[in-house]
Amino acid sequence: MNDKRPIVLIIAIALIGIILLTKLFLIQVADDSFLKRAERNAVQRLVDHPYRGLVYDRTGKILVYNNPLFDLMIIPKEFSVQDTARFCEIFNISKEHLIEGYTAARKYSSVKPSPLIKQISTTEFAKIQDFLIDYPGLFVTTRSVRSYPQPVAASALGYIGEISARQLERDTVKYYRQGDFVGLAGLEGFYEKELRGVKGVKYKMVNVKGVDKGSFKNGEYDTASVAGHNLTSTIDLDLQQYGEKLMGGKVGSVVAIEPKTGEILAMISAPTYDPNILTGSQFGANYMNLNRDESKPLFNRPIMATYPPGSIFKIVQSLIGLQMGVLTPNTTYACNRSLVACHNHPSPVNLFGAIRNSCNPYYHQAYRAMINREVSSNTFKDTQIGLDQWRDKVLAFGLGGPLGLDMNNEKGGSIPTSNYYDRVYGQGRWRYSTIYSLSIGQGEMMVTPLQMANLAAIFANKGYYYTPHLIKAIDGDPTGINPEYRTKREVGVDAHHFDLIQEAMAEAIYGTAARAAISDIRIAGKTGTAQNPHGEDHSVFIAFAPKDDPKIAIAVYVENAGWGGRAAASTASLMIEKYIRGEITRPALEEYVLAGKFM
Amino acid sequence: MRQDDLYINKIDWISILIYATLVCIGWFNIYAAVYDEQAAKSIFDFSINSGKQLVWIGTAVLLITIIMVADYRLFENLSLVFYGIFVFFLLITPFFGKEINGQRAWFELGSFRLQPAEFAKFATALALAKFMERPSFDLSQTKYQLQAVAIIMIPVALIMLQPDTGSAMVYSAFFIMMYREGMPQRYYVLALTLIAVSLLALGIENNLYLVIAIAAVVLLIILLGKKSISRIISLSLIGVLAIGYVYSLEYVVSKLPQHQQNRIMVLFDPDLDPLGVGWNVTQSKIAIGSGGFLGKGYLEGTQTKFDFVPEQHTDFIFCTLGEEFGWTGSFVVIILFCALLIRLIFLAERQKTRFSRVYGYCVVSILLFHFMINIAMTIGLFPVVGIPLPFFSYGGSSLWSFTILLFIFIKLDSHRIQLLGRMN
Repeated sequence: MNDKRPIVLIIAIALIGIILLTKLFLIQVADDSFLKRAERNAVQRLVDHPYRGLVYDRTGKILVYNNPLFDLMIIPKEFSVQDTARFCEIFNISKEHLIEGYTAARKYSSVKPSPLIKQISTTEFAKIQDFLIDYPGLFVTTRSVRSYPQPVAASALGYIGEISARQLERDTVKYYRQGDFVGLAGLEGFYEKELRGVKGVKYKMVNVKGVDKGSFKNGEYDTASVAGHNLTSTIDLDLQQYGEKLMGGKVGSVVAIEPKTGEILAMISAPTYDPNILTGSQFGANYMNLNRDESKPLFNRPIMATYPPGSIFKIVQSLIGLQMGVLTPNTTYACNRSLVACHNHPSPVNLFGAIRNSCNPYYHQAYRAMINREVSSNTFKDTQIGLDQWRDKVLAFGLGGPLGLDMNNEKGGSIPTSNYYDRVYGQGRWRYSTIYSLSIGQGEMMVTPLQMANLAAIFANKGYYYTPHLIKAIDGDPTGINPEYRTKREVGVDAHHFDLIQEAMAEAIYGTAARAAISDIRIAGKTGTAQNPHGEDHSVFIAFAPKDDPKIAIAVYVENAGWGGRAAASTASLMIEKYIRGEITRPALEEYVLAGKFM
Repeated sequence: MRQDDLYINKIDWISILIYATLVCIGWFNIYAAVYDEQAAKSIFDFSINSGKQLVWIGTAVLLITIIMVADYRLFENLSLVFYGIFVFFLLITPFFGKEINGQRAWFELGSFRLQPAEFAKFATALALAKFMERPSFDLSQTKYQLQAVAIIMIPVALIMLQPDTGSAMVYSAFFIMMYREGMPQRYYVLALTLIAVSLLALGIENNLYLVIAIAAVVLLIILLGKKSISRIISLSLIGVLAIGYVYSLEYVVSKLPQHQQNRIMVLFDPDLDPLGVGWNVTQSKIAIGSGGFLGKGYLEGTQTKFDFVPEQHTDFIFCTLGEEFGWTGSFVVIILFCALLIRLIFLAERQKTRFSRVYGYCVVSILLFHFMINIAMTIGLFPVVGIPLPFFSYGGSSLWSFTILLFIFIKLDSHRIQLLGRMN
């Protein structure tokens, strides 16, 4: 009776089969989004953080390394302990700590690991290592923090910290992830790319509860991390350490450079801090404290503080004058104190005498001769042209702009342009009498301690310098560094003009900086005083030694320490002796410097 | 002796072969579902489900042997006894059953658990066949329709007491058999229309569109058919009722228990509650969908192996297949099921007695319902209903009940020559 109905049913069954197969085709073959979702489900991407590169000093001593720290992890479900008291004794924790840690871990997940004891040091780890096997559900994860065997060179080495949102945004290649650590300051910041290495990835499979189920496809897609490059610094650890000791209790900078290479032997920013405190879990709190500290330990004075160069600039003036032909060794001016103040010394003086005595009126007159060349009958115009031409010559000495050392945030100081005076006084409304303080390194010019040390190197080298830098080799390879640091830079003054300057500087030691003299090491130096409108002047001294084969050029700034001949010259002298002789033969002078407190 | 030869020769080996293939694939998939690479155990290990399933398969073979050697007249003669026994079991289950997930659907005898609702299916099928065998039985008459529905509704009502909605729903499958046996077509048209309208009403945000569509369809039918007054009135009435239904449905759904509401709504938007009710469907679709054309390979499925899909060895066993064997594997299994069902229709149609034919169609109906709903649920075409995939899903009760169900029919079919009855 119902012959059609079995056929209808058969067609219905076929139709159901087709509908199911079509839908299956749509989700299995036509749509690959499920595959991706499946991988998101079951495949976890784990970043294998590379070992950050180490930093050595110039003699091969280690400055920065990675210190392993251990976290004791617990998987509550697998964990069991019979004798709680013994457990607490072995792991050196209180019973409350154990209960709290266990409860917190349990609350998070009973099958995923949580930390029970954080940041166990290597020595503590050695004590518990053998007992771990007795307790199921416990294991140790390692991570490393930066560590500094000697607590020195904090501002030069810098620190690492968690990447900021802004840095993440700028990271267009998407190397970094939230929570990554990056170099934030100093060498750590500048050489981040070299130090960081290459991250590895591991894909591992997890089940629905997040429990590890082994590697994905036998590690086919895993990549190993590549350790960062090791850096060899130009810093001499002993000298750096000694300099920081000398600068204890003082505010200021010491920069020592090897003149022949531009390698920075020591770079001291005082007051400083122990770089070890800006590592690990205490970074945040300690950083806040340092940031709030009124003595500004985080302010990297050698490259960020700017001061008027003062009397030391007279040497630059002398050299420019000599090169221009405006000055000769025999050019004589009277010490006319009606032009500008000076101190008691024989007058008139020739160039040598002017350097030796740091005669202000001499340079007032010499500078006028350099600026007003009478290329224009209009004295205003003439000054303007003269200033700009002179400025170019000054810039060749590495002044008026950042030198470009291998650190971020280097300040360049300033050497004023004619535009600057036009803006302040109006065009055609200023002349030599407006700008004469530049002659003696005062007024509208600023330099950094690093630039001053570089000046000392230029004087030592008789007219050239290499851009100061802190890293001399990457993975032991000196060609790995920026070729800019291996490029000789001439300052545009003939070498023979420096002979007189060097002699005068060597002589000056016995005049204005007698304390700095060392019996068997000839030091050439120049004192300076950076005027400080807020209090006692800053004591400044630059020098190089030995005079006839310079191995070290140095600039010392001691803030609020008064005239340059005292604190700064003494410190520089001790540094020179330390570097050249390796030991100090004048304990009294050392005593004197250490006792000085100029905060 | 001659008789025995005769019936052995009449056994439908095609069905048995498909059955055996499906059971084997199912068994391998159960192993894949519980497989743990890190604690790899043998498929025969009795501590894991694949080992246990092997015991169920072995005992199923024993059951098959018993059925095949038993007297074929037994099933017809004892059909009402079987029905009575399982109705009795269903009656006491809500009181003596073991409570699992808020349901009392299982009997526990030591470490052994049985689900009476599974076995009540073949008993009901036998009872229906017995009743409908009567020469006077005519499904076009309301009296007989009510009798058949009563036989079905008794176990359904008892199962609802457990409560086990999924198993109860399966009994609606008997209407497929009744369609073959002469139940008026209009009921099915009405039911399918109702389902279609319901799905549309729940799936379409704005009921107004649906109302306009219903009005348009009714108008079209009026215009295309003959235009008698009574026909126009009755069709218009149906249209009005349909529109009323659309609006009342929302209210009815809102009165359902929350978990059932969610199960329905998740069908339309699996992301509605991806970690809650949507979790099963979402994870199931991810597992199957990630299989691709050829699958990830046996024991290589990450989603099923790592427990992302719940109930993956029982109701969601199809996920393992979809993930590890891809569309190809799904294709093979679906074709096998369709082939078995069509083969069984063919067998049912060649029966000489109405009893055998009705019983055969009951087998087709129940297998079809389970197969269709189970797979549709794993790929998000149907709300999540806790019913197993025949021959595949892990579990003694389900494997045994489907085996008994199928093999009683194969036994009856092999004796179709001896079974002479009144055909209509």
